[in-house]
Amino acid sequence: MRVDIKGFTKPLVESLVAIVIGILVGAIILAFSGYSPAEAYIALFNGALGSKYGLAMTLSSATPIILTALTFGIGARTGLFNIGGEGTVYFGAIMAIILTNLWGNVLMGLFGGILAGMAWMAIPAILKVLRGVNEVVSTIMLNWMAYFIALYIVLQKIPNPEDPNKTLAVPVSARFPIIMKGTELSWAFAISVIAALITYYILWHTELGYELRVSGYNEKAARYGGINPKKAIIWSFLLGGIMSGLAGATEVMGRPPSYAISQGMANIYGYGFDGIGVSLVGRNHPLGIIFSGIFFGMLRAGATSMQIEAGVPLEMVKVVQGVIVVTIAIPGLLDLLKKVVRR
Amino acid sequence: MIEAVISTLIGALTAMVPLVLTSVGATVSERAGVVNIGYEGILLMSAFFGAIFAEITGNPWIGLIGGAFVGMLLGMLHGFITVYLKGDHVIPGIGVNLLALGVVAFGITAYWGTAGQHQVPTNVRVAPIINTPYGSLSPMVLITIAIAILTHWVLFRTPLGLRIRAVGENPEAADALGINVERYRFLATVYGAMLAGLGGAFMSVDWLGTVTKQLSAGRGFIALANMVFSGWNPLRALLGGFIFGFFDNLSVWVRTNPEIQRIVPWQFVATLPYLVTLIIVAGIIGKVRPPKADGKPYKRE
Repeated sequence: MRVDIKGFTKPLVESLVAIVIGILVGAIILAFSGYSPAEAYIALFNGALGSKYGLAMTLSSATPIILTALTFGIGARTGLFNIGGEGTVYFGAIMAIILTNLWGNVLMGLFGGILAGMAWMAIPAILKVLRGVNEVVSTIMLNWMAYFIALYIVLQKIPNPEDPNKTLAVPVSARFPIIMKGTELSWAFAISVIAALITYYILWHTELGYELRVSGYNEKAARYGGINPKKAIIWSFLLGGIMSGLAGATEVMGRPPSYAISQGMANIYGYGFDGIGVSLVGRNHPLGIIFSGIFFGMLRAGATSMQIEAGVPLEMVKVVQGVIVVTIAIPGLLDLLKKVVRR
Repeated sequence: MIEAVISTLIGALTAMVPLVLTSVGATVSERAGVVNIGYEGILLMSAFFGAIFAEITGNPWIGLIGGAFVGMLLGMLHGFITVYLKGDHVIPGIGVNLLALGVVAFGITAYWGTAGQHQVPTNVRVAPIINTPYGSLSPMVLITIAIAILTHWVLFRTPLGLRIRAVGENPEAADALGINVERYRFLATVYGAMLAGLGGAFMSVDWLGTVTKQLSAGRGFIALANMVFSGWNPLRALLGGFIFGFFDNLSVWVRTNPEIQRIVPWQFVATLPYLVTLIIVAGIIGKVRPPKADGKPYKRE
């Protein structure tokens, strides 16, 4: 049992150290750019945690990035670097809008997200299995293709005739109920937590999950043990696609006030990229992802108050996120720090 | 008709520059055994800082050198993590790409006070050496061709190149021969990132003359695909870069051509470079072989 606790605390502490370093480097960059780091961070954390409204915004901001993190996390557990969450989110949102406008209920919207996610992620899966195409290159290319194709659909196929700044909205009957009045926190948040729990269950308590993890751990051993790595690869992409598709769907079905895709896809852009960081900080573990997703959600939610109160561009939090991910990449971070401290 | 052909060729030669520089750099890095997928971020950050250097000094060439310097620093970070700390080769690259998204999006607003886009003044942009009525040619095109040829020569015709390839093919044997595996790998990584940095600065202070948070637009990854396409060979990367550059330039040209826009939506044309990359990569995998120890951390026994 002791070993288990140790195996759990070390990655946790390493993630926390990475977060602290990210915040510190962010402070240095802020100071260099002529802002007050203290003022910026106080506004950020106060905005995200200082009130019930802030907390609600934190959780609602965590919803899509927990889901996109699951995409990357499931891939990583199968030995794949699936960066295609970004493009998949767009199609999840688009399909949810289309299906809920045909049949106005929540289930049709979620179904649309799942369907679009699986269909789009089937492309890199097929390319990988049949042609051995590296998923890092294929998913990045697909992200860019998704961006332009989605832009076309948003502008030409599902525009809102009454408001040129957005698409058709999800009908009221297919919207997630709001948990806290006056905030953006809807029951869509529950979907992301449930999805993480289901992912945990699939990965660690089913035969399929076992096969996925063994393939990721050692492909040769998997083959020797009678596991077909190609099947694992396909399922890894499809499950990942479901998660990012749901991220897009829950975003348009659960985010007041627009319940639509806004101009330039601004309100659904970037979740796939944030998800990568969330997953890495959560150590690609579904339960870790819930917590790191809430942390990144906090950064997203606090960014707005940081911009308003301290005048710092809200993209600052992306700098912090980037530094955290680079730091996470340093192996044996803790041992390294200990050595430095001992000197 | 002739005019269109010439202007497309010139456009392709120009669009080729960041792709070829990055591909050639990545080739050297991978020949030495270090995979770096952070070129996308390196292109973006060096485009941003290159523009700043050029504007502060009033000299586009200092902008280009500054961009190469920023690339060098990011290469040192990558080399330190992968070569000396024996870390995973992919994750730091992902990290640099994400970091670049943040730094550049933040930097454009924080430094220039504009949201999303900054136009680089024409007086700090590289002056073309050849002007034709159909377009002009930057000296960077010639420099890029020279760098590709020179790198090819060093890699395959000199003892230095032999050592670089040795540490990527068989680090144990290289080590036994007294070659410092870590040093060669580190320097090859830094060289690769430096070339990408030069390519990034070229985009802002020469070719496109603008800084946006999406400026690199997947070119770092297209360059990696081009490297695979070339079979880790700088001269073939030059040819491949021209082909990719052609589609890159074509999509920009068609996007702004109203007559074609009426027939095909510009968004579809914009997907062309990415689609071509996917098709080419899917079509040639299996026929190429990466260096044997590519992407594998080397630990001395």
